Amino acid sequence: MTPMLIAAEETPNPLIPAVYDIFWSAVVFIVIFLVFWKMVLPAFKKTLDERAERIQGGIEKAEKVQAEADAALQEYQKQLADGRAEAARMRAEAQEEGAQIIAEMKQRAADEAERITAQAKVQIEAERQAAMVSLRGEVGSLATDLAGRIVGETLTDDARAANVVDRFISDLEKQTPAAAAKEN
Amino acid sequence: MAIATTVLAEGGFHAPSIMEFFPPAVLFEGTPFEMNRIMIIRVIAALALCAVFAIGARRLKLVPSRGQSVMEMTLDFVRVSIAEDSMGKKMAERFLPLITTIFFMVLALNITGIIPFLNIAGSSVVGVPLLLALIVYFSYHIEGIRELGLFGYLKNALVLPGVPLPLQFLMVPIEALTKFVIQPFTLTLRLLCNMIVGHLLLVLCFSATWFFFFDASLGFKFFGIITIAGGFFVTLLEILIALLQAYVFALLAAVYIRQAASAEH
Repeated sequence: MTPMLIAAEETPNPLIPAVYDIFWSAVVFIVIFLVFWKMVLPAFKKTLDERAERIQGGIEKAEKVQAEADAALQEYQKQLADGRAEAARMRAEAQEEGAQIIAEMKQRAADEAERITAQAKVQIEAERQAAMVSLRGEVGSLATDLAGRIVGETLTDDARAANVVDRFISDLEKQTPAAAAKEN
Repeated sequence: MAIATTVLAEGGFHAPSIMEFFPPAVLFEGTPFEMNRIMIIRVIAALALCAVFAIGARRLKLVPSRGQSVMEMTLDFVRVSIAEDSMGKKMAERFLPLITTIFFMVLALNITGIIPFLNIAGSSVVGVPLLLALIVYFSYHIEGIRELGLFGYLKNALVLPGVPLPLQFLMVPIEALTKFVIQPFTLTLRLLCNMIVGHLLLVLCFSATWFFFFDASLGFKFFGIITIAGGFFVTLLEILIALLQAYVFALLAAVYIRQAASAEH
C-alpha cells in the first residue's frame, strides 16, 4: 500500500479538522495559556516592577544625597563668610583697642612727664630757696665782714647790715633772669 | 527524516502531497486522542516553550542574565509593540495573557518546521490555526458586547458612521460578512497556508536534492546543488515566516478585539 494509493482512496480535506487535531490543539493551548497567565507573566511583571522601583529609588536617593551635599556646601560657605566677617570684626576691634592703648600710654607718659617736670620745678624752687637763704646768710656776713675791713668799721648794726644784704640780693635777682634769658 | 524515509521507500522521485500532513497514527488510533507525528511535535514544542519560560520565570533576577534579557525582550515586544500599541495600556493588560499565548504558541509551533528531526510545523494542520482563530473570534465578540451592550456592539461593528443611508444597505452586509465570517476565516487560512506551503517547498527542495544526488543519472547531479541551495534559502525564509506569522496573528487578534470594543471607529 503506497502513500499514492492512500491519497487516491481518501484525501482528507485540509480545512476540515479531525477531532484529535482540535483536541491536541486545545491541550497545547490550555497548557501554554495557563503557564503564561499564571506563572510567566506575573513573574516577569513583578521583576520589572521591582527593577523600576529600585531604579526609581536609586534616582530619588541620588537626588536626596545631592540636595544634602548642596545644603552642606551652602552651610559651609555661610560659615566661611561668617568666619571672615568675624575675623574682620576682630581685627578692626584689635586695631581700635591698640590705638586706644597707644593713646592711653601716650597720655600716661605725658602726665608722668608733666608730673616729673612739676616735681623738678618744685624741687628746684626749694633748692633755690635754700640756696638763697644760705647764700643770704653767708654772703651777707662775708660781704659785711669784707666791707667792714675795707671801710674799717664794723658793721655791727644788724639792721643796717641786713638792709645792705637784701639790696644786694635783690639786685642780683634782677640780673639773674636777664642773664638766664641771655644764655638761652 | 520522514521525507527521506518516504523517498527511500518509494524509490525514484515522489512529489510531496497533502498526505504529508496526515501521517499515520502512533498512539490511541481511532480515539479522539489519536496521536500522530504532528500531534507529538505539538506537545513537544509546547512543553519546550513552557519549560524555557517556566525555568526563566523561576530564576528572575533584578539584574538580568543574558537569557533573562532575551526573554524579557521578547515578552516586552509582545506587550508593547503588539498589545499596548494596538489596544492601549488598559485593555492590553487584560488581554496580555491571551495575546502572549497566541504569539508564543504560534511561534513555537511554526518553528518546528525547520528544526531537524521534527521537520514539520505543528501549526500546519488546521486544528491550531482554527482553534486560535475561534478563540480570537469569541474574544472580540464577547468583549464588544461586554463593553457596548449587544445592540451597541452590533451597531458599532456593522454601521460605519458618516456613510449615507443608501450606501449603508451595501456596507452593512459587507461589514457583517467581514466581522462574522471573513476575519476568523482569513486568520485561519493565512497561518495554515503559510505553514503548508512552506513545508511543501522544503520537502520539494530536499526530496528533489535526494533524487538528483542518488537516483538521477550523472548529468542531473548538478541540479541537486541548485535544489539544496533552494532548500537552504527556503529554510531561512521559513524562520522569517514563522516569526512573521506569529506576529501577524497576535497583532490581528489585538486589533480585532480593540475594534470590537471601542466605540470610535
